Amino acid sequence: MSALAVQELTHDFGGLRALDGVTFEVAEGERLVILGPNGAGKTTLFNVITGLLTPASGRITLFGRDVTRLATHRRARLGLGRTFQVTTLFPRLTVLESVLLAVQGSDSARFTLHRPITGFPRLYARAEQLLADWSLTERRHVRTRELSYGEQRQLELLLALAAEPRVLLLDEPTAGLSPAETASVAEMIRRFPRDVTILLIEHDMDVALALAERLIVLHYGRVVAAGPRDEIKGDPRVAEIYLGVEES
Amino acid sequence: MKTKLGVAAGALGLALVPFALSSYQLGLLTKMLIFALFAMSLDLVLGYGGLPSLGHAAYFGVGAYTVGLLALRVIDNFWIDFGAGLVAAAVTAALFGLLALRARGAYLLMITLALAQVLWGIAFGWRWLTGGDDGLPGVPRPSAGLPWSLAGGLAYYYFVLVVFLAVTAALWIVVRSPFGMALIGIRESERRMEVLGYDTWRYKYAAFVLAGVVAGLSGNLYVYYNGFVSPAYLSIVFSAMVLIMVILGGAGTLLGPALGGAIIVLLENVVSSSTERWLTVLGVIYVVVTLFAPAGIMGFLMNMGGPYGSPHTPPTRGELPTVPTLPARGESPTIRNV
Repeated sequence: MSALAVQELTHDFGGLRALDGVTFEVAEGERLVILGPNGAGKTTLFNVITGLLTPASGRITLFGRDVTRLATHRRARLGLGRTFQVTTLFPRLTVLESVLLAVQGSDSARFTLHRPITGFPRLYARAEQLLADWSLTERRHVRTRELSYGEQRQLELLLALAAEPRVLLLDEPTAGLSPAETASVAEMIRRFPRDVTILLIEHDMDVALALAERLIVLHYGRVVAAGPRDEIKGDPRVAEIYLGVEES
Repeated sequence: MKTKLGVAAGALGLALVPFALSSYQLGLLTKMLIFALFAMSLDLVLGYGGLPSLGHAAYFGVGAYTVGLLALRVIDNFWIDFGAGLVAAAVTAALFGLLALRARGAYLLMITLALAQVLWGIAFGWRWLTGGDDGLPGVPRPSAGLPWSLAGGLAYYYFVLVVFLAVTAALWIVVRSPFGMALIGIRESERRMEVLGYDTWRYKYAAFVLAGVVAGLSGNLYVYYNGFVSPAYLSIVFSAMVLIMVILGGAGTLLGPALGGAIIVLLENVVSSSTERWLTVLGVIYVVVTLFAPAGIMGFLMNMGGPYGSPHTPPTRGELPTVPTLPARGESPTIRNV
């Protein structure tokens, strides 16, 4: 059974067809990179998969379950996590508070209102463990808005991971980072648990090719190429889309 | 430890101070406590949930009218009247929440205002039930059904004080609970919370209804205090005033709005004795606060001595430019010192 499958997914923004019959499957634990020029529909695809947008037609299944009409938070509870292209964090909360919220989201305590959160040591234990695992312990009392941009991107990945996703959608995690920061973010993604299925939108070809097992190429809302890394690497259509080779 | 001592000292001070006050001053202090509660209730949605409301007087007024009508026309029993006031406020908030929480930001502000205006219109126009513009005078202080009468100023003050302390303690726990943390998360980034698996609407709705109940509670207390209820309790002036109380004190802190409520009540009293331009003064206060201390008194104090930087953050999504950014919270959910 595939971890995630989309069938004939179509989405329109007014007259613009952002997704045009997109179909693909991702196996459990697979790392799939989605390539495509700006405006190809990559982020729209993520928004439709996570339920932030409702597709005009098509079907999305998560571990065999049809989630096409499910609310975003319900999909998240089924194990679908994501990061955003534009950093989407809690600006005035500290790193620890943010991770606590992420951990709490999949905990039965999340609706408790008659006890302070300090009454749930298990939440703190898990948050501290995650911070230690990803070398953020020293920064845990720093407010998110005071972190460097690189650290914010790392925190965004950590929040997504803290929710214990089974399928993780990463939307350009290295966008706007320096080469050194890009390398450390790529290393972080490489260290993610092997059983987590990862879909990655990435423009940095070095990062994309290092992480990808399989790639699909989107262009004007359509899948124009899909296959194992080495196959796509040599595909002339990919070079054409990215480099703008003229058809002769 | 320091905080605990401060709280104990504050509670003790409030318990002892009546003996040093004239009965007029005691009445003023009672009113300050009631409006402190009212302001804290709005703070729960505005300061913690990031949901601005310009119709918060609706729940205050519904509580007050329910108690007033029942006590005057049906049955003068404290438990029934008071309970019914709370239930009526809860039902109103539950209904309005369903309609209003579909919107955010300025739109939420407008919808809550419109809904409250509907109630104001009913109270104003339905003369045989509500007395219209004249209101309902002569609501007695609670005595029937209670072990001792609350008719006297001192007894009523202590009653209000006990309610105030109990509700403050309850709200203190709520804003520090996993629920309260999630509410703050929603204020900071609702989208992030959704993809983390939070049913954000449920949190906002629960907070909205809870805030309505506490507002209704303060309305209940106020109608007994004043012995009178009129459409003014449902008016936009009341809603705007409580909004200013929260902003003046510091949204997103628990103590700030309580302080803001007390200060506004005190100021109104002082200013009204010398001029009829109280609303003008209120407007000027609002402008000055938003310009020079957008995080309110608490934010200003914390900024003076606090370890964190300027509260002048760029507004985050969903916040109104007119609602100042919230203070760096040393006060609210501290989840250090595990």
